[in-house]
Parts: sequence; structure tokens; C-alpha cells
Amino acid sequence: MEDLLIRIEKRNDVPTTLYFFTPFIAIILTIIGGGIIFYALGFNPAEALKFYFITPISNLYGFSELLLKATPLCLIAIGLSFCFKSNNWNIGAEGQLTFGAIVGGGVALLFYNQEGFYILPLIIIAGAIGGMIFALIPAILKTYFNTNEILVSLMLVYVSKLILDYLVVGPWSNPEGFNFPETRQFSDSSRMPLLFDGLRVHAGIFIALAAVLVSWFVLYKTYLGFQIKVSGLSLKTAKYAGFKGKTMILIVFMISGACAGLAGVGEITGPIGQLHRMISPDYGFTAIIVAFLGRLNPFGIIFASLVVSLTYLGAETAQIFLQIPQYTGQVFQGMILFFLLASDYLLFFKVKILSLKKNELGH
Amino acid sequence: MSLDISFIGILIGSIMASSVPLILAASGELITERSGVLNLGVEGMMIIGAISGFALMVITDNLFIAIIVSMLSGVIISLIFGFLTQSLLTNHVATGLALTIFGIGLSAMLGRDFVGIPGKDFPILFSSLRESIPFFGPILFGHSIVLYFAFALPFLTNYFLKNTKLGLIVRAVGDSPVSASNQGINVIMVRYCCILYGGGMCGLAGAYLSLIYTPQWIENMTAGRGWIALALVVFATWSPIKVLIGAIIFGGISILQLHMQAVGFRIPVQFLIALPYLMTIIVLVVISRDSRKIKLNTPTSLGRIFYKEK
Repeated sequence: MEDLLIRIEKRNDVPTTLYFFTPFIAIILTIIGGGIIFYALGFNPAEALKFYFITPISNLYGFSELLLKATPLCLIAIGLSFCFKSNNWNIGAEGQLTFGAIVGGGVALLFYNQEGFYILPLIIIAGAIGGMIFALIPAILKTYFNTNEILVSLMLVYVSKLILDYLVVGPWSNPEGFNFPETRQFSDSSRMPLLFDGLRVHAGIFIALAAVLVSWFVLYKTYLGFQIKVSGLSLKTAKYAGFKGKTMILIVFMISGACAGLAGVGEITGPIGQLHRMISPDYGFTAIIVAFLGRLNPFGIIFASLVVSLTYLGAETAQIFLQIPQYTGQVFQGMILFFLLASDYLLFFKVKILSLKKNELGH
Repeated sequence: MSLDISFIGILIGSIMASSVPLILAASGELITERSGVLNLGVEGMMIIGAISGFALMVITDNLFIAIIVSMLSGVIISLIFGFLTQSLLTNHVATGLALTIFGIGLSAMLGRDFVGIPGKDFPILFSSLRESIPFFGPILFGHSIVLYFAFALPFLTNYFLKNTKLGLIVRAVGDSPVSASNQGINVIMVRYCCILYGGGMCGLAGAYLSLIYTPQWIENMTAGRGWIALALVVFATWSPIKVLIGAIIFGGISILQLHMQAVGFRIPVQFLIALPYLMTIIVLVVISRDSRKIKLNTPTSLGRIFYKEK
């Protein structure tokens, strides 16, 4: 007779290897969980999972699509990592993306019948500024009016989408567009250069990679990065150390908004080529998962953005082959985050399983 | 348009109907938050309630079962949140977001066979009185039982929190979990109960949408109401009666917006639709400026993880 004794102990410090290993556990559990849900819905789980995770990237086109969708996710998540590391809950990146796209798109429309090398850089800068300004709203309200940034940044998502809607059906709609809710097509100079003929992956990917490198440098090699990390670990310590809390909040929101704005212009000057209502399949929200899955680490985020991008592609393929709604991508995205958060338990607690013989218990 | 008295009565009646899901979800979330737990999964729990209620209505043809199941499914899905945040000590904000994303996806997955099926008429009470009394008829009568329940709920919640021992325990757990725990209260247990209760109310709020308000299933049909309900709790500074007032204001804006569109008001439609969101921000700014005011009712331990060494 053996009894199992499970004892849970608090760890004193978090092992780094485990910290970066648990995301993989979360991904595996998500795939298993997805299989169970598919089975419950009456699909062959192996086949459904194959359509989800293998079919989409089994050719060059699919691989280009993977990078295409990972680009905005990676960019936004990099920005968010600044906010989250410093305990600022910006969850309105979707709104900042939309507003960035509006400002960038406005510039592109100014030049709709012109060509020139300077147009695209102008659009990109405008987009970054647009996102930055939009992110400043919750930041200013938080710093000067003590307002909850979660709710404000979220409410602004709806506002920005309504502004976009107003513009594309009203003043900015294409005069030759038969009243479709869309603007003119941007000129060729306003479009992101494609990397390969026939594939949609575009130069925006370099902006994302640059953001990864810059954020790594800022977070790990500068005083600002140090301040951000300390504030995230303990606000009291940060105050005691004399860090200017308000300025830092404004800065992290601006960085985050600029990244989301860049993602927005990347979409409209890349695959879309104009403004219309549906410029983002909730990249701004999904990027929150990417940021966590990547452990708020710039290089982790690259990996996480590829994984989450695959759930988008998988949802599209599954819709075509299995006729299940595209929203199922969100089931996987939600599950990844659930499992990731749950597996964090292993980081903070040690689970010891002791096997004892009955007579050792003293009876 | 004639602004006669009976029209205003009907208008008020429709404003009340549109505020019901907000009252239900916000009252549920209020209890959750009062116990110190911030659940951002309201939207996800509502949409799960909406689809499970509608699906059960189609399958069993019984509205009572549908309502009960919608609440149960809200409870079950909030159990995920409870388990993660209370037993595995995860971050409330991130877990709540995951719940919303997961709920919207899962509801679409479950609802794929129910799109386009017409709903059923939900029985309304006192329908004869509604027609016979001019102004008060459409306001007081001819509503579903859920509406009457929703309008009573803030008062019940208020009584529960202020006048009952259990209410005191909930507030103690939210304000000072450590002291509550030292008094022998099982903090984790209380928080679990409050989370599940909040889930049940959000499930009911979703079922109100899919069974009564617009009886059909549409993907993502909660359309941000869960987030407004969350904002409403802060808007009301965690006071149940103010939740009721806030919900009527927000319901009112969404109904007036429809009427203003119909009359051809010279304001872009999008601006009117954005009004409730902008209002929330403005109100948040106004109430948050005075930190004493907001601290008076804010559960002190809101969103913080409670861990007791065993």
C-alpha cells in the first residue's frame, strides 16, 4: 500500500529556464484542449487540428501569410510589453491601431494621385504619431485625473472604430466608389514594398524587427528600461527611488501607441491598400496574448507572434474546410492565455509528490 | 414627430428594456468586485449565456429551462476564472481578458447551427394593463419577468451588502482580506461564491439579449455591453442603486440615438453611437478626480491576489 502525499511549497525565486519553458507547456495543452473541443463538436480531432496548424503553412504562400499576420501582432505586443512591464494596463491597442491607420491613411489620401519616395515615410510617421496621440488620452487621464486606464483605453477602441466608420462612409469615401464604405485606393508610392512577387508579406516586417531590437536595447540597456522594470515590480520602490512616475506612464503609453499605430499603417499600406471598416481582425486585442506568451521579452514576442498568427490562419482554413466560424481562432487564443497563466503556478510554487509506505506514517 | 404623452411613455418603456442587460451584468460584477475580485470577463460570460440560453430554447422549446441553463453556463464559465485567479493565483486582468476572448470564440463555435433561427415570443406580464393605461401603462406593465427582476436586483443587492451578515463578510473580504482571514473567514471560498454569482448574472444578462430583447442568435451579439457594464460599476462607485441609475442613462442614450437617427437629426450616426462610450470616459474622469470620493466605496483589495500560507 502506498499513499501519495502532495505538498505545495512556495518557491523563493523563479527559475529562468522554467519561466521560458512554461509557454511551450501552454501551447501543447492548448492543442490538446482544441482537439477535445473539436471532438465534442463532432469533428475528427486529428483532421481538424491538421487543418488548423499544418495545412496553413504547408506551402510558401501560407508561410508568407504567417509572417504577414505576425508582423502587426509582434509590433503591437512589443509596444504593450513596455506598458505591462511597468504595470500600466493599456488594453486599447486596437483603438490606437485604428487611429494610427486613420491618420496615416489621411496622409496617403492627400497623395492619392501623386508618386514620390517621400510619401511612404510620411505615412508611416503620421501613423505612429496618430497611435501615440490616441494612447496619450488614457495616459493623461490616468496621470492627471487618476482615471482607470483599462476602461478608458477600451472605450476609446469603440470611439476610434466609429471615427473610421464615419470617415469611410462620409467625407473620405471614394467619390467614384458607388457609395461603398471605403476610400480611394492608395497610390503605388503609398504602398509597402513587397518582399517577393506574388506573396503578400511586405517591408513592414522590417519595422517590426527593428522595434524588437530597439525595445530590447531600451528595456535592458538604458536607465528608462530600468525604471520601467522597477516600477513594474514595486511601485513603492520606484517612488522611493525618486523615479518620475507620471512621465514614465506617458512615455510607455506613447511607445505602445506608436507601435500600434505603425501596425495600423502597415496593414493599410500593405495588404489592404485603402481604408475601410475592417482594417484589423482584432490584432490589438490578440497582441495582448502575444505579449504574455512572449513573456514580455522582445525575442519571446517574435516567437509568440508566429504561434498566434498561426491560430488566425488555422481559423481561416478551418472555416473553408470544416465550415466552422472564423471566431474559433479566439477559442485557441483564449485557451493559450488560460493555460499560460495557469502554468505560471509552477513558477511560484513547487509541487512535491512524496510517495510514502503506509507503515512510515507511524501506524 | 408628435411628442405626445403616450409616446414618451413608450419611449421610457423601451429605455428600461434596453438597460436590463446592463443592470444584470453590472449588479453581478458589483458583488464580484466588492469581494476584491476584478473580473474583466463580463463580455465573455454574457455571450456564453446568450448562446446557451438560445440553444436550449431551440432544443427544448422551454424558455424556463433556457433561462436556467444560461445562468448555469455563466456560472460554469466563471468557474474557470475563479479557479485560475483564486486557486492558481493568476493575474485578474489577464485572466478576465482571456475569458472574454475565449467566450466570444466559443459562443461562435457553439452557435454555428443556430444562426438565422427565429426566436420565440417571451411571455410578457400584465399586457392588458399596458394598453389600457395611457402614460404609465407602457412604463410599468407589459414587460418580461426578467425586467422586473432586474429592476428589483439593485435594491436587493444594496440590502444584501448593507443589512446582512453575508454582505458584511463580502465587504470585509474585499476591503481587508487579511483581517477577514484572521477572523476565520474563508476568503478564497467567499471570493469563489462572488465570482460564480457574477457569472450567473452575466449569463442571465446574455440570455435576456438572445431570448427577450432581440430574440435570435447573432455572432458577437453582446456588442460591447459587457464592457459598458464594467464601466458602469466604476461609474456607480460600487453602489448598487447608482448602477441602476447609470444603466438607465446608458440605456437611454442608446434608445435616443436610434430615435434621433429616425428623425434625421443632423449629427453623424457614428457620433451618436459613440456617445455612451464617451460618456463613460467623461464620468470616469469626473468621479476619479476626487480620490476621496472614489476611495470611499472602492474595495481596497480590488484586483489583488490573496495568498494564505498554509
